[in-house]
Amino acid sequence: MLIGKPPDIPSSEITPRKLFDQYYNRRRFLRSALSTALAAGAAAVGAERLAEAVSPRVTVQAGTKLQTIYSPLTTTGEELTSFADITQYNNYYEFGVNKGDPSKNAGKLPTRPWTVRVEGKVKQPKTFDIDALLRLRPLEDRVYRHRCVEAWSMVIPWVGYSLSEFIRQCEPLPSVKFVQFLSYYDRKVEPWSYESTIYWPYSEGLRMDEAMHPLALLTFGLYGEVLPNQDGAPVRIVVPWKYGFKSAKSIVAVRFLDKQPPTTWNGMAPNEYGFYSNVNPNVDHPRWSQKTERRIGLPFYAQRRTTLIFNGYGDQIASLYNGMDLRRNF
Amino acid sequence: MNRPLLIALKSAVWLACLWPLGWLLWGAATNNLGPDPTATITFATGLATLRLLTLSLAITPVRRLLPRLGWLIKFRRLLGLFAFFYATLHLGTYVALYAGFDLNAMAADIAKRRFITIGLTAWLLLLPLAATSTSWSIRKLGGKRWNRLHRLVYLAAVCGVIHYWWQVKPGVLTPLTITVILGVLFAARPIQAWNQRRRFRAATA
Repeated sequence: MLIGKPPDIPSSEITPRKLFDQYYNRRRFLRSALSTALAAGAAAVGAERLAEAVSPRVTVQAGTKLQTIYSPLTTTGEELTSFADITQYNNYYEFGVNKGDPSKNAGKLPTRPWTVRVEGKVKQPKTFDIDALLRLRPLEDRVYRHRCVEAWSMVIPWVGYSLSEFIRQCEPLPSVKFVQFLSYYDRKVEPWSYESTIYWPYSEGLRMDEAMHPLALLTFGLYGEVLPNQDGAPVRIVVPWKYGFKSAKSIVAVRFLDKQPPTTWNGMAPNEYGFYSNVNPNVDHPRWSQKTERRIGLPFYAQRRTTLIFNGYGDQIASLYNGMDLRRNF
Repeated sequence: MNRPLLIALKSAVWLACLWPLGWLLWGAATNNLGPDPTATITFATGLATLRLLTLSLAITPVRRLLPRLGWLIKFRRLLGLFAFFYATLHLGTYVALYAGFDLNAMAADIAKRRFITIGLTAWLLLLPLAATSTSWSIRKLGGKRWNRLHRLVYLAAVCGVIHYWWQVKPGVLTPLTITVILGVLFAARPIQAWNQRRRFRAATA
């Protein structure tokens, strides 16, 4: 007797992963191109409605496909790091200090319901629901290089829109100079947070002009899907020209301030982790060189590559730091 | 202990000591060393060094505590030499995969970066111990001098653990376990010596 059914699809008809990715990318490109055309056409109709049309009802779980459009701000000419590596090699210390821990433990993170509080020097404090944030602007595909301060790097296809679009909705007062991001923290959900002596919740911050730069991304997904929890679901920032720890995950509050906020790693070791923490091969971490980096997912003999100033985004953002001593303001 | 049993045990210890290397070689051959293979190799060889060093340091206190396990001494040299073997692989990983054989970069690292300085110190401390590990060396040096020289292993272990602490991010507590175990082993020696003296005095009083 035959137990179980033979597979319906002969293995000869299964598309190899590489080909699949090609088809998939082509489909995505066509879809993006279509969406862009739609967007251009519908601009006259009203951006608000368009956002609804492009991403109508967004569901909640990691892995759910997001509708995205092409962005000219996407990085080209880089091979993407695999989905597996991006989602199984994480620094998310609330869920454990080892790289493999967050993918095992972050399932407990309750990503719905989720709100983001807007506080500090704003016209009016507000709270945004995650679903409203997802519909605020069309979601864009943005491939960015990601350089960790620990000297490893990835290339990640994020999904989101410019942080500046969100900040405009927050209506900060003219006196605002800095913006602070606070991550979710609940010791009952994240007992692993005791594996280190870090003072929680995780806090990060940007200067207002940095936060308003179009490259700074309010991020909801990667590889065209809702963010897996370990990558900072349901909403995080990505600041591609800075070391990875500046890109706060799972944001619950955004504060507008007139002075520089205290930030987590800078508070733990100010000599090692500067407030700016722009990727800079010329300024070493006190304990290791930042001149080179290890690209994740390559064999050990092929990992090493040169680190680029501002992680290769200098053309776009270097002017933010005109006249600043990058060695002192590391 | 009879000879066949000793041979069986020695083979088992050899296998256990070669396990981390086998695991790395298998992983490298099948491209299965995780997302950051360089870091995997570095961590695996470093951890194997510290663990083997700790095991070799545990033998004397355990023998004093349980005299029936006196035969454990037959395994100390093996563990020590394997510790040096993994320390050398660890150093080689740095030289090849981090410094890319660039002598200037290495010199700068050793001068500037204390975790590298102390790691290299630990390896340099183990070097003469490995070199004088033969029975011939013991005879040549004389037991007393040989023993005194091999006390460097304590210093090497301390340097190794500090190297680990200085490498992790501030606030991260991963090196705590091995530090506590080594601390207990270090504390055991004076306590056992004191106990022995007390018993000796009580017996001779």
